[in-house]
Amino acid sequence: MSIQTKPLNSSDAAVPSGPATSANSVVVDRLIYAFAGLAAILLAYNLYQIFMVLGDELQQGAIYRIIFFHVPAALTAFIGFFVAMVLSVVYLSTNNLKWDSLAAAINEVSLVFACVNIVTGSIWARIIWGIWWTWDYRLTSMLVCILIFFGYLLLRQSIDEPTQRARLSAALSIFGCVDIVIVWKSIEWFRTQHPGPVLSIRTGGGSMDPTMEAAIYRNLIPLLLIAISLVILRARQESTAREIDSLRRRLM
Amino acid sequence: MNGLSYAWAIARKDLAVEFRTKESLNAAGAFAIVILLLFSFAFDTASDEPAELAGKLLWLVFAFAGALIFNRGFAREMPNECLDALMASPIPAASLVVGKAFASFVLLLIVEAVSLFACGIFYNMNWTRRLPALFIVFVLATWGLSIVGAVFGALTVNLRLRELMLPVLIYPLMIPLLTGAIELTGALLTNQPLTPDVLLWGRVLIVFDVVFTSLAILLAEAILLN
Repeated sequence: MSIQTKPLNSSDAAVPSGPATSANSVVVDRLIYAFAGLAAILLAYNLYQIFMVLGDELQQGAIYRIIFFHVPAALTAFIGFFVAMVLSVVYLSTNNLKWDSLAAAINEVSLVFACVNIVTGSIWARIIWGIWWTWDYRLTSMLVCILIFFGYLLLRQSIDEPTQRARLSAALSIFGCVDIVIVWKSIEWFRTQHPGPVLSIRTGGGSMDPTMEAAIYRNLIPLLLIAISLVILRARQESTAREIDSLRRRLM
Repeated sequence: MNGLSYAWAIARKDLAVEFRTKESLNAAGAFAIVILLLFSFAFDTASDEPAELAGKLLWLVFAFAGALIFNRGFAREMPNECLDALMASPIPAASLVVGKAFASFVLLLIVEAVSLFACGIFYNMNWTRRLPALFIVFVLATWGLSIVGAVFGALTVNLRLRELMLPVLIYPLMIPLLTGAIELTGALLTNQPLTPDVLLWGRVLIVFDVVFTSLAILLAEAILLN
């Protein structure tokens, strides 16, 4: 049970109990609680299934269960990066800073999920391969992705002027996404050349038990819900920060 | 056609300024030689096949030296508000970026030629065996580096930590290109046959060039607008 409550607490703890002044912000608050609550229920159910119902994997034993977080975290991250890329295009064509805040929030949350992916993968690798890290195309491409979007956050931090920050980070978001596509394509092209201990189950071929594969997709839903509630929270912070900034500028 | 001739005008201007002052050429060239020297301490140069190492080494040198050149590209226009003047002129932003990229491309190719020559001497390596193929690889990869460098040079030109932010942003983006260039250069320098596996990296280079050049043209206006 203690394992089950851990992720739930961490998603709930991020919700501040700040004063909700306008009716709009009350709705947003409720939305955050609704998504996070739904995620909590689904996650509790999934954790029960993963630990109590599904048996150990034949060759890997108990550690294979990490895949139920490893793969959905990666999928969540990539869905996020692509949505943020689309929003960046929307920002560039509409010049509405609302989209910039949302894209920034999504990229930031997706970066966290990408880190979850790489950390869980590393733990799995330590048990199965005996090493934390190897410079395999797949691992490297994920690290590159993390570095690009870490650069995105650095770039945002180093620009004060909101519209300039929005334009430049939107451009980087688009460039970053294209590069991920190229990196991932190159893995496909070179897979036959590198049959080594890469995560072949991630491709979902016929090598996996259908009930296990279903559990992966089922766990994607709560992770996406957590991501969405964090994004709403983060986007609101972002637009509040912008509001404070513009008020400060007006005073000075 | 009009956009291209504007780009050519920008590139010619930049190259004329550069060949008169030799500002970034000297700096990048010297930097490349210094790094080649430093690498000799990091690796066993007495190994039987230095050419194998040289392919990897050279592209790291080019990426480092390139960052110096790309930094100067747009920073050159900062004094006297030249960048604002260029943006106010009828030159489209895309032509400005492509022109800058072409100037960097020529400068980086010169630095690459010098480094290759120096590498041949320092590491006792025969690089002339398959020169035409090597030249094609260098042109494709250098254009990729230059267009990314020009776009991000424009993107970072107004930042506080410009010199620091540019490498942080461009190196992760350049990884597929650098990997491809390293694989192909390694195969050519060690005089191995170009198997389909190695040739696929050539496709990576071409795709990278096409995609990033089109994106640079599309996003130039958004990046340079002030």
